[in-house]
Amino acid sequence: MARLLVCPPDYFGIEYEINPWMRISNAADPTRSRQQWHTLMRVLEEEVGAKLERMPPAPGLPDLVFTANAGVVHEGKAVLSRFRHPERQREEAHFERWFTKQGYQVIRLDPECYFEGAGDLLGFPHIWFGGYRQRSDIRAYTVLSEIFGKEILPLELISPKFYHLDTCFCPLSGGELLYYPPAFDSYAQTTIATHVDSEQRIVVPQAEAERFACNAVCVDRHVVLPAGCPETMKLLREHGYEPHPVELDEFMKAGGAAKCLTLRLE
Amino acid sequence: MHTETVILEGHIIDSLILAKVLDTILQLGGSFDLREVHIGATREEPSRARIRIQADSSELLGKILQAIQPHGALVEAVRDCTFEPAPADGVLPDAFYATSHLPTQVRLKGQWIEVEAIEMDLAIQVTLDPPRARTIPMAEVKAGDLIVTGREGVRVFPLERPKERDVFAFMEAQVSSERPHHPIIADIARRMRLIRDNREKALLYGGKAVDASLGTKVLVVGGPAIVHAGGREALAWLIDSGFVHVLFCGNALAAHDMEASLFGTSLGYALHGGHVVPHGHEHHLRTINRVRAMGSIRRAVESGLIRDGIMASCIRHNVEMVLAGSIRDDGPLPDVITDTMKAQTAMRAALPGVGLALMVATTLHSIATGNLLPAKVPTVCVDINPAVPTKLTDRGSFQAVGLVMDSSSFLRQLARELSWQE
Repeated sequence: MARLLVCPPDYFGIEYEINPWMRISNAADPTRSRQQWHTLMRVLEEEVGAKLERMPPAPGLPDLVFTANAGVVHEGKAVLSRFRHPERQREEAHFERWFTKQGYQVIRLDPECYFEGAGDLLGFPHIWFGGYRQRSDIRAYTVLSEIFGKEILPLELISPKFYHLDTCFCPLSGGELLYYPPAFDSYAQTTIATHVDSEQRIVVPQAEAERFACNAVCVDRHVVLPAGCPETMKLLREHGYEPHPVELDEFMKAGGAAKCLTLRLE
Repeated sequence: MHTETVILEGHIIDSLILAKVLDTILQLGGSFDLREVHIGATREEPSRARIRIQADSSELLGKILQAIQPHGALVEAVRDCTFEPAPADGVLPDAFYATSHLPTQVRLKGQWIEVEAIEMDLAIQVTLDPPRARTIPMAEVKAGDLIVTGREGVRVFPLERPKERDVFAFMEAQVSSERPHHPIIADIARRMRLIRDNREKALLYGGKAVDASLGTKVLVVGGPAIVHAGGREALAWLIDSGFVHVLFCGNALAAHDMEASLFGTSLGYALHGGHVVPHGHEHHLRTINRVRAMGSIRRAVESGLIRDGIMASCIRHNVEMVLAGSIRDDGPLPDVITDTMKAQTAMRAALPGVGLALMVATTLHSIATGNLLPAKVPTVCVDINPAVPTKLTDRGSFQAVGLVMDSSSFLRQLARELSWQE
C-alpha cells in the first residue's frame, strides 16, 4: 500500500513570491483551500487506497503543506531538503523532526548543496531523474546516487514556470511517463527519449501543463491530477489509467498541485 | 592561452551532461582536452571526467567556467604554490622548484600566474603584492627572496603548434646530414622576413601591432669558422639588410672578422689567396691590440679603423652584441665580458623578443644560448659536426632544426634566399 506524507493547510497562504505563480495580491482563500485539500485526501484514501501520514502544520510556514519538498525517502533513509530560498529553509527543521521521530535514518546534505526533495527527484524503479538549474543543484544527484545506490540522470529545467521536476514530469506505475518536453533543454529531452520508449511517453499539451497536469499522484492504475485537464485525462485513459480530477486551484496560486501536496514514503 | 581544469562527476554520460558541457565550451569559443574519463562499470556507479579548458582570454575562460558550473563542472581543487625565503645570498631553499624551458605557471592567491622569462634550470621567485613570478638564477638570489618549492601549484605547458606552417611547425627535432637543405633554408629565410616585417610594424605602430608569438628579433650565435670558411660577407649583408638584431659570440669571431678587415686574413690565412701570409699568425693579436687601443669595437668602427665585416655592420645597425669570453682568449677585445656570470646575465637580458635563433659553427656559445632560450623559440643549429646540432635538439625543444653543413654555405644560401647578389 502506498504511504503518503501530507500536512493540513491550516497556515497555508501566499506570503511571499518565490516562483512565477505566486503573487501576494492573489491571496489564497482559506476556506476553499481547506475544502480542496480535504477532497484530495478523501480521493487518495477512499478512491485510490493510499495510506496517509499527517504531519502537524506550523504557523508562519505557509508552504509546509507541500510535503513533496520535505526530502526524499527510500529504504528507510530520508535525505532532507536544502531549500534554495530562505523563505522555505525554515521548514527544514520541521521535516527533520518528523523524520527523526518516525525512526528514519536522516541524512543531511552540505548546506551549499541545494536539493528540494521529491519535488526534483522522481523516477522508475530502475532509474531516477533529477531536475536541476531552477531549484536543486546538479551536484546533489552525485551524492544522492551514492546514498541510494541508484542511477540518477540530471535533467535541466529551463522554464521558471516549471521550477520543480514534478511540475512537468510524472513517471507512472506502468513505466509510462507523463511530461511536458518544452520545460527541458534539448539534452534532457534527448535523455528522456533515450530512456523512455516513444509509445510510453505521454506528452501533455501546453495549456494543461500550465494547469499542473503533470503534478499528479500515481498509485497503481490511479492518477490523481488537478481538474481542468481533459486532454491529459483522455491520454491517461488510453494508456489504461483511471484519472481522478480534483479542484486544486487555490494551491496552484502557490505553484503546486496534487503531487506537491504529498510525499511518497515507500 | 588561459586554461583551467574542471572535474565533472556523476551520471554524466547517459544524461548527456558531459556532451552538454563540452558543447558549451566549444560554443563559447573555447577548446578542451579530455584529460581523463572514467566510465562507471555499472549503471549505479558514477562516471568522472577531467577536462582541461583553454580560452584565448581570461574573460572568455571566466565566461566558460560560469556557463558550465551549473551543470556540475567544478574547478579542480588546486592549492597555491608553496614558497620559502632563500636562506642566504646565492643559495636557494633546499626543495626549490627547478624550471624547464617550457611555458610555466604558478598558482598564487588562487590565480594562475605566468612565470616570466622562462628558462631551464633556474628557480622561480615570487612576489605577493602584486602577485608575480619570474625565473631567477641561483647566483642572483638574495637572502629572503621568496622561492617556489615543491611541485604543488606549478604547471608546465606543452608547446603549442606554431601558427606558421614551415619547417618549425612539424614539431619534430631532427638532425640529419641527408635531409635536403634547400627547403629548410627557404623556410628560415621566410621566417626572417616575417620577423623583420613584424619588427618594422613594432617600430612604426608600437607594441600592439606586433605578433608577439612571432617575435621581433633574430639572434645569431656565431663562431669564428664563419670568417675562416668564407661566410663573413653573407652575414654582414644579412645584418646590413636588417635581418639580424642580436649577435652572441666570443672573442674569436670578432677578432678574426676585424683581422679580415685590417689585413685580409683570418688566423693568418689570406682569405682570397688561401695561402699563409708571412707572420700572418700575429695578425689577430695586432688587430686585438689596435682595437684595445681604441677602447671599444664601436670606436674602432666609427673612427674608420674597421671599415667592413660583421662587427662594422653590427655597430652601424645597432645590433645588440654580447661577446662572452673564455679561458683561451687572446687579448681579449675590450668589449669581451670575461666574468662568465656577467656574460650570462647580459645574454639573458638580450633575449626578450627573440623569435628565431640561428646558431652557426659554435659549440659552447650555442649550448649556453640553448640553455637560456625558452623552448618556444624556433632554433636552427648549423655545424659540420653532427654532434653539435644533436646536442642542441636533445634539449627537448620541438622547434629546433639541426643542419649538418658548412657555416659559410649555410649563410651564403640563406643570404641568396633573401636576395643577396654576390
